[in-house]
Amino acid sequence: MTDATNTQSFEAEPQLGDYYALMKPRVMQLVVFTAVVGMLAAPVGVNPVVAFASILFLAIGAGASGALNMWWDADIDAVMKRTKGRPIPAGKVTAQSAMYLGVALSGLSVMMLALSANLLAGAMLAFTIFFYVVPYSMWLKRSTPQNIVIGGAAGAFPPVIGWIIATGEIAVLEPWLMFALIFMWTPPHFWALALFMRNDYDDAEVPMLTVTHGRRATRNHILGYTVLLVILAVGTAFTAIGGWIYLATALVLNALFLKGAYDIWQRDEDMSEADNFAIERKFFRLSLWYLFAHFGAILLEAALKPIGFGGW
Amino acid sequence: MAIKAEHEIHTRRKGLNVGVGLMLGGFVLLIMVLTFTKITSSDFQIPVSAAKGVGAQIGTEAAD
Repeated sequence: MTDATNTQSFEAEPQLGDYYALMKPRVMQLVVFTAVVGMLAAPVGVNPVVAFASILFLAIGAGASGALNMWWDADIDAVMKRTKGRPIPAGKVTAQSAMYLGVALSGLSVMMLALSANLLAGAMLAFTIFFYVVPYSMWLKRSTPQNIVIGGAAGAFPPVIGWIIATGEIAVLEPWLMFALIFMWTPPHFWALALFMRNDYDDAEVPMLTVTHGRRATRNHILGYTVLLVILAVGTAFTAIGGWIYLATALVLNALFLKGAYDIWQRDEDMSEADNFAIERKFFRLSLWYLFAHFGAILLEAALKPIGFGGW
Repeated sequence: MAIKAEHEIHTRRKGLNVGVGLMLGGFVLLIMVLTFTKITSSDFQIPVSAAKGVGAQIGTEAAD
């Protein structure tokens, strides 16, 4: 063994940050935010310590599913520009370590959430991790262009789990409206990304809609899903989690989102190539604000209710 | 002669070990606080199956 190989192996030793990166921190942030909104929008108060611990265990569960996803998708992550810097393709963490971390944290998070909140919340987290790893990552992602639509459900469960942490109940409309909001938002959000990151998915042979059905069909789908999303998002304003603040937010953002989807639908490839997909990129950025603002408005409505302002 | 020079690998591993240690400590602390919160809440009840006589004693005292 030479000095050079020694140095290389030392540098390849994983650091804490590499393991953290395996847990997809940005996805975890979204999970925490939407779960907190789901929990606070519920009509039942939660002890702050129980709330903090439960959301932490939920975030760890989300991180665990991220690590398992990276373990399974290491081969395609290495091919795509957007993902080749992730810890496994970058050679910082082995795929086997990611799998061990994912399995261990999945078990821990489910058990701890069941103990800190209730059994139903733990069971729902277990189902969410399973859904993201097995049906989505292992099966649908590489076999159907509807991968994003069905896989989006996994990302939509956190507000439902947040609601269950507070109430222990699942058979009510409001958490499922929040679920539907994320579920319907995911396809236009990811298909806009796929439009301007096309080569990535082509190279990795992931059957995104842009690859299997073409870019015209993707633009049509973005508009179709956006219309359905707009109806759902504005309609939610008139339920128990809505109110004037939510309605005003929804009206403004859905008008902008619909306009963005219409603009994408009107364009062809020559127009998009000419300005380097400026409209598609703008729509993608807007989609991030769109989700944040809707859940922020639901949170504000819930926060103002005790002083007589939130809701209808 | 004893090896005293600290290689970069030791520093790197120390960073990881300290990080894991702090997380484990935090986890233990969280479990303690969570347990204390739960057993001091007003709706806390020892399940009859796990009471092992505790409930019976209380019941007897109440009857007295």
